[in-house]
Amino acid sequence: MPAVSELLRVATAGSVDDGKSTLIGRLLHDTKSILEDQLAHVAETSERRGDGYVNLALLTDGLRAEREQGITIDVAYRYFQTGAAAGTATLDTGAASFQGGRKFIIADTPGHEQYTRNMVTGASTADLSIVLIDARHGVSEQTRRHAYITSLLRIPHLVVAVNKMDLVDYSQETFEAIVAEFTDWATRLALSDVSFIPLSALRGDNVVERSDSMPWYQGPSLLYHLEHVVIATDRDMDDVRFPVQWVVRPMSDEHHDYRGYAGQVAAGVIRPGSEVLVLPSGRRTRVAAIDTYDGALELAFPTMSVTLRLEDDIDISRGDLIAGADEPPIVARDLEAMVCWMSEQPMRAGGRYAIHHTTRAAKAIIDRLEYRVDVNTLERDTDAGTLELNEIGRVHLRSSTPLVVDPYARNRTTGSFILIDEATNDTVAAGMIRSAR
Amino acid sequence: MTTGPHTHVTTRSTYELSHLQALEAEAIYIMREVAAQFERPVLLFSGGKDSIVLMRLAEKAFRPSRFPFPVMHVDTGHNFPEVTAFRDQLVERLGERLIVASVQDSIDAGRVREQTGPRASRNRLQTTTLLDAIAEHWFDAAFGGARRDEERARAKERVFSFRDDFGQWDPKNQRPELWALYNGRIRRGEHVRVFPISNWTEMDVWQYLAQERLEVPSIYYAHTREVFARDGMLYATNEHIQLMDGEVPFQASVRYRTVGDMTCTGAVRSTASTLAEVVAEIAANRITERGETRADDRVSDAAMEDRKREGYF
Repeated sequence: MPAVSELLRVATAGSVDDGKSTLIGRLLHDTKSILEDQLAHVAETSERRGDGYVNLALLTDGLRAEREQGITIDVAYRYFQTGAAAGTATLDTGAASFQGGRKFIIADTPGHEQYTRNMVTGASTADLSIVLIDARHGVSEQTRRHAYITSLLRIPHLVVAVNKMDLVDYSQETFEAIVAEFTDWATRLALSDVSFIPLSALRGDNVVERSDSMPWYQGPSLLYHLEHVVIATDRDMDDVRFPVQWVVRPMSDEHHDYRGYAGQVAAGVIRPGSEVLVLPSGRRTRVAAIDTYDGALELAFPTMSVTLRLEDDIDISRGDLIAGADEPPIVARDLEAMVCWMSEQPMRAGGRYAIHHTTRAAKAIIDRLEYRVDVNTLERDTDAGTLELNEIGRVHLRSSTPLVVDPYARNRTTGSFILIDEATNDTVAAGMIRSAR
Repeated sequence: MTTGPHTHVTTRSTYELSHLQALEAEAIYIMREVAAQFERPVLLFSGGKDSIVLMRLAEKAFRPSRFPFPVMHVDTGHNFPEVTAFRDQLVERLGERLIVASVQDSIDAGRVREQTGPRASRNRLQTTTLLDAIAEHWFDAAFGGARRDEERARAKERVFSFRDDFGQWDPKNQRPELWALYNGRIRRGEHVRVFPISNWTEMDVWQYLAQERLEVPSIYYAHTREVFARDGMLYATNEHIQLMDGEVPFQASVRYRTVGDMTCTGAVRSTASTLAEVVAEIAANRITERGETRADDRVSDAAMEDRKREGYF
């Protein structure tokens, strides 16, 4: 059994000015995740472009157009690992014990307002978001926008990285003023765990190692925090949510009567014998077995992909949801939701779209836009008639068939959906359910 | 909200997955999503380590049923014989259907023209063979083993990567991909390339091969082979590649980090003859696998992006 460690998905947003690329470059470099040929390539390209320094942003700008224009257009995914995940441990430890270290997936997104949709995309799967503040400028419009998206997408952990501390003489007063200003403003948001770290990405202060320049700061370095923030309790372990993805019916001689329901556990702990509700039909039964290729399991929890067999023969297909019998989700056709518009074509009030929610596909009509949110000030514009690209607002939708939903604040899987333009097949909106009936 | 010292609990809860378990669960979910959303998927299998992982993931996603799709190999005719033999054994053992799309057939049919000279390679010709096979079989989704850590352009590619009816990828016009909600809607003639192990690194793949005790073709382990040096890489001497002036074959202990066409895949000097030794070597390695061993990516800064736009893997 190889050494194991956890996976942490991190979203960062920012532009060249606030040092985001330098910070990511520093993390990758100091954890030895940039390899020599990549670094040599970046150095050579920087020189050819006349950047005057090794421009680590070039590492993540993967497309020709991005390199030519010197901008980040799209989400880039970066990977690095520490401790056991880095493969430094031996392969045959004989035990599946955690040996420290984590594997990190960084969704690196451009920070400007015209890339809000990319930020939302990167944020949708993140466990933790890093918002950068330039210590010289304090809380900016961009800071507020990033924090709002972190809150809207319910990323469980936020790190406010107060960068460029070297340019403010590592001043404790400056740091604390920024902490106070942010904290005061953020009371309006749904942020559950916020940590503030003073650092200098350029000089490496408090990025990987604790800095000697800020003895007044008693907290961890950024990397230490990323390695140790507790994410196992972020998921709802109480109420089972299991969207049925695929019905397993081999129909071979050997498995003639086999009928299993495959999917990924979205919430709760499932055990053989667990009482469950099949929705939307509302039939009750019990879990007979939890099957996997590696054998039957005694329990399944998020985000495991398993196959459930049930005690009773019930008609179940893709798009149905197997839920715990207590605190069931809502079966509803009318949804109130926040949506981020992602298409050049503005939202059509009264327009019909395809909706994908968990494993169910249906049609939906956007009845009305309740208001549009100014992502910088959080002000609501109730007179707005539509949502344009990158705009966020609250809508009322009607679905052609019942959906089995939870509020997004309760469950990011059963509370989220996408809208698709049936004429182009493009994904045009990301939605987060507030309430349903 | 706290700014003070953090105390950390080091004992892990029961309800925690290792990074490999989390990556595996995600990949299984993606494969089932494709089986459910598409009518005629296919799994592209090269015999390389990444596609060996895909095969195991397909077993995990669909057993005790057969795979709900065939397996297809685009055969350049210049493959390492060890890899072709391995391919046939694995597919036979799993009892799945294998389609072989042959670049030689595309040449014979006049669809593509063979390159000539000492640097001739069938690497780029594969794209036509692949797209023809996708059209011939009406495939609407094709699984590939590409990873985002491999290459810059791939770092930007979606898990469900849309291709128009010319097989082209448009990197500037990709569908946003949110949560685990994959949009597989296409029109007739279009298809989607699907990369279930997008989020895996080279190290993850090797750790998974070890965890699952999967066999890989023998050329991934150190062996003695006659090679010659070209452009800073070591190539196996073989009938498909002409030596240039000054290129002198010699014996060396090598292994392969990637498995592609013999004409564009380089070997690395190595004595790592077991899986554990290979993992240790990769952990200490300071050069990316494609940078070290793939001539096809060295053509230009955007060599991969350009080939992908045309419909390459």
